[in-house]
Amino acid sequence: MNIHEFQAKEILKRFGVAVPRGIVASTPEGAKAAATELGGAVCVVKAQIHAGGRGKGGGVKVVKSPDEAAAKAAAMLGHNLVTHQTGPEGRQVRRVLVEQGLGIARELYLAMVLDRAQSRVSVICSSEGGVEIEEVADRHPEKILKESIDPVVGLAAFQCRRLAFALGIPAELIGKMTGVMQGLYRAFEECDASLAEINPLIITTDGQIMALDAKMNFDSNAFFRQKNIVALRDLDEEDPREVEASQYDLSYISLDGNIACMVNGAGLAMATMDIIKHYGGEPANFLDVGGGANKEKVAQAFKILLVDSRVRGVLINIFGGIMRCDVLAQGVVDAARELSVSVPLVVRMQGTNVDIGKKILADSGLAIIPAETMAEAAEKIVAAVRN
Amino acid sequence: MAILVNKQTRVLTQGITGATGQFHTRACKEYGTKMIAGVTPGKGGTSFEGIPIFDTVERAVKETGANASVIYVPPPFAADAILEAADADIPLIICITEGVPVRDMVKVKRFLTGRRSQLLGPNCPGTITPGECKIGIMPGHIHRPGEIGVVSRSGTLTYEAVDQLTRLGMGQSTCVGIGGDPVHGIEFVDVLKMFNNDAGTKAVVLIGEIGGSAEEEAAQWIKANMKKPVVGFIAGQTAPPGKRMGHAGAIISGGKGTAKEKIEAMTAAGIRMASSPATIGRTMQEALAKS
Repeated sequence: MNIHEFQAKEILKRFGVAVPRGIVASTPEGAKAAATELGGAVCVVKAQIHAGGRGKGGGVKVVKSPDEAAAKAAAMLGHNLVTHQTGPEGRQVRRVLVEQGLGIARELYLAMVLDRAQSRVSVICSSEGGVEIEEVADRHPEKILKESIDPVVGLAAFQCRRLAFALGIPAELIGKMTGVMQGLYRAFEECDASLAEINPLIITTDGQIMALDAKMNFDSNAFFRQKNIVALRDLDEEDPREVEASQYDLSYISLDGNIACMVNGAGLAMATMDIIKHYGGEPANFLDVGGGANKEKVAQAFKILLVDSRVRGVLINIFGGIMRCDVLAQGVVDAARELSVSVPLVVRMQGTNVDIGKKILADSGLAIIPAETMAEAAEKIVAAVRN
Repeated sequence: MAILVNKQTRVLTQGITGATGQFHTRACKEYGTKMIAGVTPGKGGTSFEGIPIFDTVERAVKETGANASVIYVPPPFAADAILEAADADIPLIICITEGVPVRDMVKVKRFLTGRRSQLLGPNCPGTITPGECKIGIMPGHIHRPGEIGVVSRSGTLTYEAVDQLTRLGMGQSTCVGIGGDPVHGIEFVDVLKMFNNDAGTKAVVLIGEIGGSAEEEAAQWIKANMKKPVVGFIAGQTAPPGKRMGHAGAIISGGKGTAKEKIEAMTAAGIRMASSPATIGRTMQEALAKS
């Protein structure tokens, strides 16, 4: 789960990481009032959407008066902001963050990430702040510094000093920098984050270290103990079908094609998308109904698939371990009847009670196309959609 | 011959009184696995279908000589269950539970360092040596005893591959599901080493998916060390970047962990890649014919 920049900054503040003074506004008048309250010669108006590249997309503007703040906010609010991460349709801006302007002496990069190969959290930093870290990794891999964190000890002060000296931080700011790094690590740990990134981390002309931008992602497996984080979820930023699916404990991801698929198990679901493509079709989604899916879940999954008006055919591929094919078949038949499915439907089932399942499908009177193997299923649905 | 589990394996179920624990303990016992103990704190002294239940893993091991544990406890308590099993020095711990927080697993991995226990999972189907021992949630009936080793990050996709092998007359030595989480126990390379040394394994199927770099590391190891033919498949060739595809670990992030990179690395290591998930079995047939 992602959160907004202003929310991430609130969290960082709680863990002792300094951030610029800022006020969130949802109207141009609010932005004007915010700029007035912040005072100073310069403010920055920043569009709040869950996507990077806002600066290049025109979602970050420096303003010199409250009226200008209102004008820039008016140009953002209610409009779609397109960045390289949003896709061509962009994302609607519903809020802006108005922040005090600061004199910037240096821009750095600082992040906590999970290092899967080490099974540990790593702190990553670089002297190249304000640039995407992937770009730095491509052009100047030597400028990326890293320390692996022992989960028992936490991020040790000596590790922070080693990084800070390597970044060329002046001696009098080493203590402050250590505090920022340890604060970010504690925020990552205590909130069950999967990413905590400050880019850029700035050193101001008057010797302060501040998070000028902040991004945090969270581990959804830890939501049972992170009620405060879950409360930050912004459903406006998510695909409505993905949100609906998650309410039924279904794992759904919308794609661009026209062949919907319903599969049990994540690996098999991905492989089913792949085989549709292999036979010249385009998958409309990823959908994992899970190992223990029942009739209701299958019906719900069906509804979510069919809401997508681009869908021209449905492929159901179930390899039953726990799941019984007769139960699945009944669920499919009931849902297909209830929703009066009008697109071709190919069903491939393997597993317990498969013969009873096939009989239920055959006796249903519905135009369900049965398939024995994954390849046959994919070929049949691709052909059916073409015709 | 086989790896990890065989007829002698004595299995303890942690979380034996929950619905999932009961269902699969029964199914594994019916398959012929020696299910010899259960643990549910507070239910010690009772039993489940003749299997004695204990309050602690330590006690269960002392009383029954269990040398493998399978964990079905819910996500908030799964990490603690692994720690308890490791503290009791159980050689093989298999955690089926899906949804364990990454932070918990980072601590678990640190705890396991230098200990005798090996962890398989979490978020995995378990492992099976056909005809001898099944520990986990895979459907036993699709497997046949044989000489193909199978290792995978996925559950149902592995069943698909095993089913293809069995239908083509190729049985399996052992099938191992290492799980779909970003931080987990036994890795591809660990399993490959075991298969390489196992006289009962003639060839290996390796099924990976997008996210992380475990397949690239496996490819490197195979290129340098593997004496047996390996057939591979990577799921998620059509997966979009930045989206978690069901498994917590199945995500392309920062342009890394794509199927394309993995397939290239594996092909370069001499692994015969199945072009579609429907041809994993056939690709193995070809590999065996050439070797």
